[in-house]
Amino acid sequence: MSHAEDHEGTRRDFLYYATAGAGAVTAGAAIWPLVNQMNPSADVQALSSIRVDVSDVEVGTQISVKFLGKPVFIRRRSEEEIAEARAVELSELPDPLDRNANKPGLDASDENRTLDEAGEWLVMMGVCTHLGCVPLGDGAGDYHGWFCPCHGSHYDTAGRIRKGPAPENLPVPVAEFIDETTIKLG
Amino acid sequence: MSGIPHDHYEPKTSGEKWLHSRLPIVGLVYDTIMIPTPKNLNWWWIWGIVLAFCLVLQIVTGVVLVMHYTPHVDLAFASVEHIMRNVNGGHMLRYLHANGASLFFVAVYIHIFRGLFYGSYKAPREVTWIIGMLIYLCMMGTAFMGYVLPWGQMSFWGATVITGLFGAIPFIGESIQTWLLGGPAVDNATLNRFFSLHYLLPMVIAALVILHIWAFHTTGNNNPTGVDVRKGSKAEAEKDTLPFWPYFVIKDVFALAVVMVVFWAIVGFMPNYLGHPDNYIEANPLVTPAHIVPEWYFLPFYAILRAFTGEVWVVQFASFITGGIVDAKFFGVIAMFGAIIAMALAPWLDTSSVRSGSYRPMFKWWFYLLVIDFFALMWLGAMPAEEPYASFSLIASAYWFGYFFVILPILGVIEKPTAMPATIEEDFEAHYGKKSDASAEATPAE
Repeated sequence: MSHAEDHEGTRRDFLYYATAGAGAVTAGAAIWPLVNQMNPSADVQALSSIRVDVSDVEVGTQISVKFLGKPVFIRRRSEEEIAEARAVELSELPDPLDRNANKPGLDASDENRTLDEAGEWLVMMGVCTHLGCVPLGDGAGDYHGWFCPCHGSHYDTAGRIRKGPAPENLPVPVAEFIDETTIKLG
Repeated sequence: MSGIPHDHYEPKTSGEKWLHSRLPIVGLVYDTIMIPTPKNLNWWWIWGIVLAFCLVLQIVTGVVLVMHYTPHVDLAFASVEHIMRNVNGGHMLRYLHANGASLFFVAVYIHIFRGLFYGSYKAPREVTWIIGMLIYLCMMGTAFMGYVLPWGQMSFWGATVITGLFGAIPFIGESIQTWLLGGPAVDNATLNRFFSLHYLLPMVIAALVILHIWAFHTTGNNNPTGVDVRKGSKAEAEKDTLPFWPYFVIKDVFALAVVMVVFWAIVGFMPNYLGHPDNYIEANPLVTPAHIVPEWYFLPFYAILRAFTGEVWVVQFASFITGGIVDAKFFGVIAMFGAIIAMALAPWLDTSSVRSGSYRPMFKWWFYLLVIDFFALMWLGAMPAEEPYASFSLIASAYWFGYFFVILPILGVIEKPTAMPATIEEDFEAHYGKKSDASAEATPAE
């Protein structure tokens, strides 16, 4: 259909391309709002930071709070749990990264997963990295941490994946102690 | 419409002629329902009508259920209970709609396996087959989103798991998942859009059904012998066929009545048999049910999704050659959709020129094994994700792919088909006896 040698044809080709280009841009501009309306709305985005009072959490127990529509596990670990997590060789871990938004890119050793130096406080998203179910806690599974009932993923006492289809350790969200008994998420 | 020679609509009265020259719609309907149909069609050919009935049933019951349903996370569960307890006949309408989905899938699976056995997917019916697969995909989408609407525990967690599949796509998965959900997790935005799409997709299905019928009316029906209808002349074609109306309409309606007896027995006496009791607990984002199971009609493909864990060498190999981009999670998703794509590719994977499995001595057995495999996967999909089910799932998934990608291509080369009847008429007479001229217009028997 090219009319490269033909002077009038070249002009016509230009008009074809210009019209097609304008049409494509217009179609894109018309479609984008229809696509973008499905992204999170302003009120959903606004709930991106919360504060949690952890003064009632005893050693060896955990609480679940809802954050960004998903559960967050806040566990105050016992000495045995800390010892068990720290005894694990890094080579035994399917996912070698800590998945900690507060310490990105480090290895998955127990020290890099917890909120405090002593390793008592473990805060992480309660969402299985396989397909998003909520794992069962309080020592569930073969590694005494968490167990996802949907497809059988086992996590250890540091929330690291040990067995099953989940590819990654349970992610640690952005979190910090803002005073003795309050954790700020997000 | 059909390539088979037959009488077309001729407007007779002046009123008919007036309309026909302006909008030939009566002619279109006439030619559609009078289509010459191979007279040897057996009972496996009745499921198309059952499917058409299901689509109408689902749309009609769905439209009236919407009059009482509220798509909001705080009200959805209660509004479904309202339908069940307060709305006049509401429980029956809802049970019809819920079990109607199951009947829809029973019918579509039999219809698909009918096509797989008798080679209905082969030339020249590939387009009919592909449109059928698209209808099946739309059905799965519609059924999945419909199951979310009552906002029970299985609704919520089913939605979480299935939308999580999109999160498995490398790099852009999480953005796509957030976009689909309208937030970081399944919530009100998700429920609203699923409601909208659950109402939209059946209309798409209806349009695809029209194309499906149009396509196979263009090529003519397949039949149990796979032998083509003779198209040389109208007289010749009439030896192989009968018009759809009234012969096949009566047959199909009779079959539909039998199916309805079973269907209404289930709707009336055991309406929750195919459902899951956990869906009568309102959705709770902080508690996952002990064992998430999809509806029975998704189980075979759910089993394939779960079969490919990180311990399987194929998965490890895929992960290795893609530098970790394809992990176990994404591999499972690819396998699940791949299992359906494999079916859609059957017309090009099957190298045999013989359509009907009746004349393919080796194919038959592999096909029967595929049917068993399908039921095995369905059972495995409902089992917990642990041994020995995990290994069985892997074997059953491997057979599913093996059937389409290895067995179908090879069989066409090595198999020696058995003798086929030359014409449909010959096959028909072998079954029902030769029609003598005397008995054609016979006087009633004494």
